[in-house]
Amino acid sequence: MSAVLYDSPGPVARRRELVGSVIGGLVLLALIGLGVWYAAGKGVFGADRWDVLYDPPKGQTAADVWTFMVVQGLGATLRAAAVAAPLALVLGLLLALLRTARHAALRVPAIVVIELFRGLPVLLMMFFGSIGFGWDAFGAVVFGLTVYNMAIIAEILRAGLAALPRGQAEAAYAVGLTRRQTLLTVLLPQAVRTMLPSLIAQLVVLLKDSSLGFIVGYPELLKSIQNNAQFFGNDYYVALFVVGAGIYLVVNLSLSWLARWIQRRTTKTAASPKQVDTLTTQSIASHGAGHAGGI
Amino acid sequence: MDVIVDNLPTYLQGFASTLRLTLYSGALALAAGLLLAALRVSPLRPLRAFSAVYVEVLRNTPLTLVFFGLVFVAPRFGLITPLGFWTAVICLAAYTSAFVAEAVRSGINSVGIGQAEAARAIGLTFGQTLGEVVLPQAVRSVIPPLINVFIALAKNTSVAAGFAVVELMATGRRLGTANAADGLWVLAGVAIFYLLITIPLGVIAGTVERKVAFSR
Amino acid sequence: MRSRRGTVAALAAMTLALTACAGNAEEPETEEPAAGEEEPADETADFPEGSTMAELAEAGSITIGTKFDQPLFGLVGPDGVPQGFDVEIAKIIAAELGIEEDGIEWVETISANRESFIETGQVDVVVATYTINDDRKERISFAGPYYEAGQSILTLTENEDIEGPDDLAGKKVCTVSGSTPEKNLLENYPEAEVVPFGTYAECIDPLRNGQVDAVSTDNVILAGFAADNDDLEVRGEPFTQEPYGIGLAKDDTDFRMWINDVLEAAYEDGRWTDAWEATAGSVLPTPEPPAVDRY
Repeated sequence: MSAVLYDSPGPVARRRELVGSVIGGLVLLALIGLGVWYAAGKGVFGADRWDVLYDPPKGQTAADVWTFMVVQGLGATLRAAAVAAPLALVLGLLLALLRTARHAALRVPAIVVIELFRGLPVLLMMFFGSIGFGWDAFGAVVFGLTVYNMAIIAEILRAGLAALPRGQAEAAYAVGLTRRQTLLTVLLPQAVRTMLPSLIAQLVVLLKDSSLGFIVGYPELLKSIQNNAQFFGNDYYVALFVVGAGIYLVVNLSLSWLARWIQRRTTKTAASPKQVDTLTTQSIASHGAGHAGGI
Repeated sequence: MDVIVDNLPTYLQGFASTLRLTLYSGALALAAGLLLAALRVSPLRPLRAFSAVYVEVLRNTPLTLVFFGLVFVAPRFGLITPLGFWTAVICLAAYTSAFVAEAVRSGINSVGIGQAEAARAIGLTFGQTLGEVVLPQAVRSVIPPLINVFIALAKNTSVAAGFAVVELMATGRRLGTANAADGLWVLAGVAIFYLLITIPLGVIAGTVERKVAFSR
Repeated sequence: MRSRRGTVAALAAMTLALTACAGNAEEPETEEPAAGEEEPADETADFPEGSTMAELAEAGSITIGTKFDQPLFGLVGPDGVPQGFDVEIAKIIAAELGIEEDGIEWVETISANRESFIETGQVDVVVATYTINDDRKERISFAGPYYEAGQSILTLTENEDIEGPDDLAGKKVCTVSGSTPEKNLLENYPEAEVVPFGTYAECIDPLRNGQVDAVSTDNVILAGFAADNDDLEVRGEPFTQEPYGIGLAKDDTDFRMWINDVLEAAYEDGRWTDAWEATAGSVLPTPEPPAVDRY
């Protein structure tokens, strides 16, 4: 779009654009530089603020520090996500199927469950686990992640099913498949395939949400950073935070890029059916975007 | 059940705080998100890059980490924000603006490219094309996802409970301590108040979305 | 194939467990001559059958909940082993059960989840600056107290406005969400603006930065922070009484009485004093141990 919004630049415009870019770039750099200079004045870059990462004080070894953050902290984060993600997928699939059931007795409860959990904060669900049911922090975190994401996944799959051209189902019925066979062997596999990028994006959300464990006392990555900072002294917060944020970004960006790569591949290889229904897919895309806003 | 009725004033205080958090940070996020989206399509490469990086990084960062950074780490840089409400507003707005920008950008992209081409062809400038042709059309398809972003924001305000803000979630936790035996009811009360925000917004989003779909 | 390997593994594990059991059963006999050590075998034998003590002694392991962020009482380093007075008290109890230090599993309990951890059996006991009160006694039981603390106020040395709890009106007071001090402040000093964080350590930087005016919780906790930071000071006399007890499952009276016996024995033979002096005693005077409450 942006290419159409303005003339493809001629020599004068290009020069002006170059000047603008350089000035804009310099302003940005100056702002960053100012921040760095200010931080340096606070001693943020002194070796005594970073040695915790390679030569920590208090008789601990660098291996202790890194093991604590990566093996225990990140480990706990991934463990919660690894348990919650499959649970959410299976339950979400189940809900999506119930959601499309013909009997209202099946459909209505599924709708209620989906709308209820979609409308509640993940943190609240975790507190239901810990304060409400008295589970340990791990159980509470997994519970919160599972119930929220299963609702979202159910919605994603439902949208995927709705986006399929009707001919798919009609053809399946025409060759004599039952309703269940049609759903399970024809429609669902296609829906999952179309929605794979959205599903992966939702996994990123799930992984990000696991950081809420910090608030309910689950010793995940963020908590391990804080424990380290409190043990070694708050002056190390910056160094430890940089590591923690770096870990989150690396993991989440890799997953996001994987999702985008798959999306590009599927749209490239996709045959015409999907184009028939661009409108619906668009509304799904917007749907997904909204939910990526869960934390 | 009684525990909800008995503590209604306390709930309402928390609810009011959650609403204020949502509105203030929502307004800020909308402004910042629009700006980011405009930068994203601007002719100046560094600004485009800045916007792209900002959106990509924030979208892949947990909100808890943003709070953690501003509340515990930023003071180490000498950046000290007034603890509580306004810190939470800043964090929520900074985070949500990335999602607003994405929603707006995909809205802009959803406007047929011919529209922009036609506008350019009759000699409208970049500002005119964007402001008078593309954005008015983009608004329609932007609103439903934007409402979804605000629903997410309303729920995300609960994270502030972990960082010195007494909003709805923190109120619930407090009441839970005071009425330990009724923990489930206390939390159910909290849930009702969140649903009071999220369900109506969800219904609006759905209606608008259907309207937009029909009007095409 | 996979299932067969599973069976083999299970068998191997079972054999291992069996031999381990056999080993344990035999060990005491072979070790009996070495009288220098505490006689775990005899201890085990002493416990009435079916009692919690017998179960724990037989398992050779115990799960103990403690604070991980409380200087002097329970503070954990990256190596995962907490240090402090609570930890030492817990070790005394474990030792009386014949459980060695590596048989102790330390679990972080935060103020908000201690009762539920005990109720659901996540932990066997909680030794975590845990105030005995009647509300909590409805859900769990307390042995002890083994120390008597009191709520007090920490503020900047240079602050001259705050001398006691009545001066907190209109001031920002940091404490922990879901803790007794928070409840006390809300009920008895409603004029104070309570700023709740997840842990007390999180309050210290905001206090220094002037984002809050005071931190209020038990004096011993505050003393730990004051000892580490020259610019902070504990103000006034404690204005509540906080007897610290050892939390355990409700109505496990035998276990409770047994722990009380252990505490009294530790008062007598100086182990309690040693534990104090090795930890909190580094910054606080050694108090008289409180009388245990055999309710």
